[in-house]
Amino acid sequence: MAQWIDACATDDIDEEDLIRWDHAGHTYAIYHSPDGEFFCTDGQCTHEQVHLAGGLVMDYTIECPKHNGQFDYRTGEAMRPPVCVNLRTYPVKVEGARVWVEV
Amino acid sequence: MTHRDYSLLGEDARRAVETGLTAAEWYHTDVPRKEMKALMQRTDMPAIRDTIILYGSMIVFAAIGVALWPSWWSAPFWLAYGVLYGSAMDSRWHECGHGTAFRTKWMNDVVYQIASFMIMRNPATWRWSHARHHSETYIVGRDPEIAVMRPPALLKLILNFFGIVDVLTAVPRMVYNAFVGVHPSEKTFVPESEWPKVVRAARLHLAIYAATLLAALWMRSILPFMIIGLPRLYGAWHHVMTGLLQHGGLADNVVDHRLNSRTVLMNPISRFIYWNMNYHVEHHMFPMVPYHALLRLHDAIKHDLPAPNTSIADGFREMWPALMRQLRYEDYFVKRELPATAKPYREEFHAAA
Ligand code: FES
Repeated sequence: MAQWIDACATDDIDEEDLIRWDHAGHTYAIYHSPDGEFFCTDGQCTHEQVHLAGGLVMDYTIECPKHNGQFDYRTGEAMRPPVCVNLRTYPVKVEGARVWVEV
Repeated sequence: MTHRDYSLLGEDARRAVETGLTAAEWYHTDVPRKEMKALMQRTDMPAIRDTIILYGSMIVFAAIGVALWPSWWSAPFWLAYGVLYGSAMDSRWHECGHGTAFRTKWMNDVVYQIASFMIMRNPATWRWSHARHHSETYIVGRDPEIAVMRPPALLKLILNFFGIVDVLTAVPRMVYNAFVGVHPSEKTFVPESEWPKVVRAARLHLAIYAATLLAALWMRSILPFMIIGLPRLYGAWHHVMTGLLQHGGLADNVVDHRLNSRTVLMNPISRFIYWNMNYHVEHHMFPMVPYHALLRLHDAIKHDLPAPNTSIADGFREMWPALMRQLRYEDYFVKRELPATAKPYREEFHAAA
């Protein structure tokens, strides 16, 4: 059953950036958008097994560091080849200075 | 001595998957996240400036070429036009394919489509082949973009300075894609959802060449082909010259771009035509960094890379004898010295190289 997990502090992630977060044998990416919101997706690109944490956040997209595929990290939508399969996303809430993810 | 099977459906391809080479982690120089983020930043201005200069010069050179046609005085203008068409389009195809040249997506897409047509590459197929080239650079049987196979086919390489082999491969493939569909070897790296795009692009390209042919017949002149199509032959030499240097004579079946790619310092005109892809180790290690930031990336990581070749001639002086040796002994490759400040090559991965 899904549960809320305290993942990181809000100031662990610069604005317009992301970090890797590993929990219970799974890897995730947590994003801090340019307007201060937080989002969470699976950590690995859906094209090949590459972690998105080395990628580039531009506005609401994450660009994969391997072949520059892009996703909208709010919805997980694959936006630019070579990615064709959407990323899974997870609900996020901020309480105080902590970011919680429902996994 | 091993004999290499470069077929994407062959024995080496199967072995690369079986031995885990295709899944191995590639070496990356450590760059602090803040610095890397700054290097990856996208902006439109440098590419807008370069694109205006590029297409503006092409229009001027072609217009003068047409005005002076059929006099020999037109030749230098065709040569200049040709190198921008038959060589600079290779780097524009490349950078815009990565989506890094411009910040704005549609600008990358427009230049990518135009450049793909001019360089005679199917924009859908080649996007995927290039992704594979980055995942599995110079892994035999897996990388569809190995320019210099072993033993090197020297006659082919030389003919390709005039685009001959490329065009003789590209035209039948375009016709095949337009009328039959995606080729079985392309199906190994192009996902099925993209196959209709391959066919559509091939048909569009074919239609443009058919229109050029009609114009040539109507005018009873090859002039239309001097503008569309032929420059892919008479202007190809520069991209072949720089392209051979990217990986020629270096290791294959390794997972460290310092061993299989070459950085070559070049004059500013070649760098404009090549859009800084002479910083090739840097580009392969960090494909997120746009062409205009590669000099800065080079400065940030050069302590961890072999010293670059100092000129195109210096690169050829290193590569050409290696290709000659590979004619007799195809396992030979140049292994460049790392500076004392670099992390060593991971020999455990590369024993077979
Ligand atoms: S691994 Fe992410 S785009 Fe290829």
